[in-house]
Amino acid sequence: MNWFVVVSAMIFCIGGAGVITRRSPLVTLLCLELMLNAGNLALIAFSRMWGNEEGQIFAIIVMVVAACEVTVGLGVIVAMYRRRLPIDVDDMRELHG
Amino acid sequence: MSQFFFFLTAIIAVAGAIGVVTLRNPFYSVLSLVCHLFALAGLFLLLQAEFVAFAQVVVYAGAVMVLYVFVVGYVGGDDETVHPWDGPAQKGIAFVFAGMLFLELCLAILGSGLKALDTRGAGFVPGFGSPGDIGELLLTKFLFAFEAASVLLLVAAVGAVVLARRRGGIHDEEQRLSFTEFMRPIGTGTTAEGVGTRDAGINLPAPAAPAAPRSDRETLPTGGERP
Repeated sequence: MNWFVVVSAMIFCIGGAGVITRRSPLVTLLCLELMLNAGNLALIAFSRMWGNEEGQIFAIIVMVVAACEVTVGLGVIVAMYRRRLPIDVDDMRELHG
Repeated sequence: MSQFFFFLTAIIAVAGAIGVVTLRNPFYSVLSLVCHLFALAGLFLLLQAEFVAFAQVVVYAGAVMVLYVFVVGYVGGDDETVHPWDGPAQKGIAFVFAGMLFLELCLAILGSGLKALDTRGAGFVPGFGSPGDIGELLLTKFLFAFEAASVLLLVAAVGAVVLARRRGGIHDEEQRLSFTEFMRPIGTGTTAEGVGTRDAGINLPAPAAPAAPRSDRETLPTGGERP
């Protein structure tokens, strides 16, 4: 049971490093997915550890939230592309419509 | 046997995660994430979470990743541009940060003194993690969370459509303007028109205001005829 949590921590850290280093918003979203999945794995490991299923419900809700986040994020990326803005998180520093 | 599968899926999952971060082309990153998600579903199965593993494969690796692939194909999976200010320093700092975070998490987890961490988990009833059990919990004890999640999904879908739609009004306006400009007689709005030397036959009311293209179009056929 230790090892599941360690793997979860490892995936979370890889995702965090990716969010810091990568510059394309697409890949940043992918790394966010990695971090959310690491959280899911930890939730399910603890659910198995305590022998009740509520952690799995949490994991499903986290999945729903991740799907929403991806939908809106990809919508923003498509809107950026339509307006010929640079697809780059460092070039987009201001909130202008 | 279970340990063998654990290490197999864990290694695939971590390798997929590293691939997502290190591959330069976003398309390969997405494919690597799909691989990672399948391995993670295997880990979920090892933890007796059948329904979550199933949902992971169908919803994540199926639906969400297809959305990603479409957007990568639409935006164009270009490699990232390299800026002058990012050198190896940024990457070094990021990986040091990640390593420190990993060490800290490991220390925090293993040093937390949770008794059950070293065991193979509590006992469970035979239907643990099956769709029936999960559905019952979701519709009785966690009904509010279930409904909130459905409302959240609806809001996100509407928001994505609003964000990513083509701006219909703006495009129509642009097209109409360019059409009237094309139909205007030559020299409209220039000095030649004001002096009256443009063309004696064509005496149009100058369609200077681009905000009223409709009236412009109505006057065009009658005024454009030569006497």
